[in-house]
Amino acid sequence: MTPMKPGAMSHRLEGPAPVMDVARDLARRTVLIAPALIILGAVFWQTPGAASVAYGIAIVIVNFLLAAWLLAWGGRISIAAMGAAAMFGFLLRLGLIFLAVLLVKDAEWVNMLPLGLTLIVAHLGILFWEMRYIGGTLAHPGLKPSAKMSIHHPADPSAKSTHETTGAA
Amino acid sequence: MSIAAQSLAFAEEALTADDVKAAAAAEGAGFAYGLAAIGPGIGIGYLVGQAVQAMARQPEAASDVQTTMFLGVAFTEALALIGFVVFILLKFA
Repeated sequence: MTPMKPGAMSHRLEGPAPVMDVARDLARRTVLIAPALIILGAVFWQTPGAASVAYGIAIVIVNFLLAAWLLAWGGRISIAAMGAAAMFGFLLRLGLIFLAVLLVKDAEWVNMLPLGLTLIVAHLGILFWEMRYIGGTLAHPGLKPSAKMSIHHPADPSAKSTHETTGAA
Repeated sequence: MSIAAQSLAFAEEALTADDVKAAAAAEGAGFAYGLAAIGPGIGIGYLVGQAVQAMARQPEAASDVQTTMFLGVAFTEALALIGFVVFILLKFA
């Protein structure tokens, strides 16, 4: 096991945080499937169902973005601060979700069943979907490089050039 | 009739079946949310602790570890969300 250097916990993480890219991609995918989920909500629970599903989707998106932003913010201070941001961020975000639901619990346009189902299904579904696009390597710690991005990495033999991609001579 | 007996009779009248049901639902909701938050709390604590240690040992792999930690926290948090949804369905639905 690699020994820990003195003061390693106060080391700052420089450069762009890959988690923000992942969170933005998660939000983008959530927005992509939002119309289908809202239509499903409208079919089963009419207008309150559609509104509740939309509200649930908004909560899920804000939750992902806030989680990533807290990690990135903590990482710019120190590794230990990032750990604290992850732990207290969990409590903070659960509290915010509770508050968001508490604020609308008596509203006429809210149905708790579709709202709750959306929170679970959207959160888990988007995460499993996102797993397919995570690089998980030292070269690509965030998202996998897309075909367009691979053009900028000529050392990668599997990367197609612009001409190959577009079919031009 | 003594005051104690009158109070008891009043209490018996005041507690309807709906009241008992609502009280049981509130208790159940509180237990569901509280118990459901314990597991993810332990899980996230362990996950973050190990990830922070890994980043401190190998700062060059910090970005990769950070992404893995973010996804791990999000997946673990889903357990707490399930408990939360049970809570809101029992309490507010």
